[in-house]
Amino acid sequence: MDLALFYYLLLGFAVLMYVVLDGFDLGLGILYPWFRSEGERDHMMRSISHVWDGNETWLVFGGVVLFAAFPAAYAGILSTMYTPIIIMLIGLIFRGVAFEYRFKSHRSKPWWDKSFFLGSAVATFCQGTILGAVVQGVEAGQQGALDWLSPFSVFTGFALMVGYALLACCYLVMKSRDQIMARAAHLGRKLVLTIMVILVIVSLWTLYANVEIRARWFDGINFLLLLPLPLLSGLFGWLLYRDLDGEPHETRPFWLAVGLFILGFAGLVVGLFPYLIPHQMTLWQASAPDSSLRFLLPGIFIFLPLICAYTLWGYRIFSGKVEDFEEGY
Amino acid sequence: MELDAAILSRIQFAFTISFHIIFPAITIGLATAIAIWEGLWLKTRNPVYFQLAKFWIKPFAITFGMGVVSGIVLSYEFGTNFSRFSELVGPVLGPLLAYEVLTAFFLEAGFLGVMLFGWQRVGEKLHYFATCVVALGTWISSFWIIAANSWMQTPAGYEIVDGRFEVASWMEVIFNPSMPYRLAHMLLAAMLTATFVIGGVSAWYLRKNRDQAFARKGLSMALWAALVLAPVQAMVGDFHGLNVKEHQPIKVAAMEGIWPEKETGAPLLLFAVPDMEAETNHFEIRIPKLASLILTHELDGELQGLKSVPADERPYVPLVFYSFRIMVGLGMLMIGAALWGLWLRRRGGRFESRPFLLLMTLMIPAGVISTLAGWYVAEVGRQPWLVHGLVRTMEVVTPLPAERVLFSLTLFVLTYSLLFCVYLYFMAKLVRKGPPDMARLEQHMIGVNAPGFALAWVKKLQHEVVED
Repeated sequence: MDLALFYYLLLGFAVLMYVVLDGFDLGLGILYPWFRSEGERDHMMRSISHVWDGNETWLVFGGVVLFAAFPAAYAGILSTMYTPIIIMLIGLIFRGVAFEYRFKSHRSKPWWDKSFFLGSAVATFCQGTILGAVVQGVEAGQQGALDWLSPFSVFTGFALMVGYALLACCYLVMKSRDQIMARAAHLGRKLVLTIMVILVIVSLWTLYANVEIRARWFDGINFLLLLPLPLLSGLFGWLLYRDLDGEPHETRPFWLAVGLFILGFAGLVVGLFPYLIPHQMTLWQASAPDSSLRFLLPGIFIFLPLICAYTLWGYRIFSGKVEDFEEGY
Repeated sequence: MELDAAILSRIQFAFTISFHIIFPAITIGLATAIAIWEGLWLKTRNPVYFQLAKFWIKPFAITFGMGVVSGIVLSYEFGTNFSRFSELVGPVLGPLLAYEVLTAFFLEAGFLGVMLFGWQRVGEKLHYFATCVVALGTWISSFWIIAANSWMQTPAGYEIVDGRFEVASWMEVIFNPSMPYRLAHMLLAAMLTATFVIGGVSAWYLRKNRDQAFARKGLSMALWAALVLAPVQAMVGDFHGLNVKEHQPIKVAAMEGIWPEKETGAPLLLFAVPDMEAETNHFEIRIPKLASLILTHELDGELQGLKSVPADERPYVPLVFYSFRIMVGLGMLMIGAALWGLWLRRRGGRFESRPFLLLMTLMIPAGVISTLAGWYVAEVGRQPWLVHGLVRTMEVVTPLPAERVLFSLTLFVLTYSLLFCVYLYFMAKLVRKGPPDMARLEQHMIGVNAPGFALAWVKKLQHEVVED
């Protein structure tokens, strides 16, 4: 198989893993204003304090795969998206350190709550904005000040916040009990409706604004082949909405939400392939020489399965509901 | 003064990477120490070892957290601020960093959760395994990042195809000429950094007459470690210096403050004020012929000086020169402290001698400072090159508008200054709080039969009763 294409898929896998794993993680921060008591916030943070670091590692992995396999795209995208990336990194810093300091603080605890909420919200918004700007196709290499900031990218910024918050609600349904669980389910239902509307708007907006993506979808038989994507999304949304009702199902909502993310991501890739920077740079134009791509292969085939295995093991050790007593180091 | 985006980008990278290295420098050694204590506890069942492990895991956790968040920044900063560099050398450095993530970062993150939060969830052997894996992860991570950095110092195994670097031999890229020396030097530096943090904090407890058994064990082990590590580090540093002289003679010239094109029997400058304009030093305090002796092992050995290359191929000499003296000076101080400790051990009273305990307390940051100084020697000394002899730093910076870099730099300076104060505050808070007492440790004992587990079980039962 074409090596560059393999790395394109690997990059997609890394991004998807990041979005799902850090998604519920960042989403919990975004949900903080809806859970106001200290006990609830302790509980929410405790449910992810053992995994947030691993989840964020997928962001680093995505970054270095882009760097190693598509250096030209890494250079082009990162330098063009300079400001949102820097702000995202700062956001991630503030929410990351909150994990360590919040549980060790007394007087400053409200500040760490703010740090966790704002950091998560800002980082998510920036990620959504970057995504929107890339889809829209910002001139790479031309470092105009606010190119990345457009109505569309601002909309995708907020859209991603809603998406992550939905993942987080489903995660809470799985990891908590009683009141928190009920509140998360209730909130989750509203978010499902919102995200379905957002998916429709983003899809139509993209089709309207982008001729190439429109051609991809409506060219001959393509539409029929791609029809399962929107249909399945609708089905998942409906199932999710139903599962969160009444006595919510514990684990299925989370997996349905993950399914929604996968479908949305697939829709995105269908539209953009084979471009890494739309209209400008395909994955083959950006790819590193074969010597670099081949060198990394054994590492990926040996370590990636191992990583998945021990990550899963880690989640299993902490599986089940979160207990509200000190269990830490 | 006109703002220059390239200069600002370089300042920003220097600032963010300097901030970052503080934390791994501490955690690499601390993780190793915690693994050693946990192992000793399992072997001897001496509760002091358990207490040491349980106490130090807290500073370890917050330091590790700081390392993680400041490290993520770096993996993106190559692209944001040095886009041309990324495109040019991505095929060489990218895979090395990818291997670092695959073999180290995920490993650390995957087992850190169990190490920090899994005491009641897994058996003690499995927990020990998790601790060892985290420690191993920090070492593996050093391996790859040092390989990448060393390649930029002494590039090998590459060919240039269509103006872009391609790799001819990965073995030569990874095990490039300076890599083994730099790796050994850095790992020893990290071990020494943790050693002096542990020794210094233990000495502080002894000065305050607190937690005697705990502090004595900590200080005693730290002193043994320093006694071995500090002299070995001096030797490795010497070998490393010879390696630098071979591959980057101008860096050595800047370290030693040697200006003439060739100098035989060069003196060792204990102090001087290098003057780049006049191409000479002022206020020299010198030991004749010693620099030649150290670097060539001959009294009249010949050394290459700064003037042997044009001015635009020289680094900023004063920073290299002073940093080198700070690093070596602190290294000597470490050896001195270790020897003083040994002498007091023989004579009795290493836990009582006030001046000795004070010195150890003051030396808590010695490792961090000398590590930073050492990196300034290595990195500033390589300038004006980013890849030595091949890629000039100024030519591969992203052509960003200056205001934008100024904005991000300001954000980083504000954020990091704030966080550094917070970090010191919480470290001090943890140290003042002191080690967990034995009764509390009983509660935390790992394993299914331990009280901690029973506690969890009872709480769970209560929960279920309430629900019904």
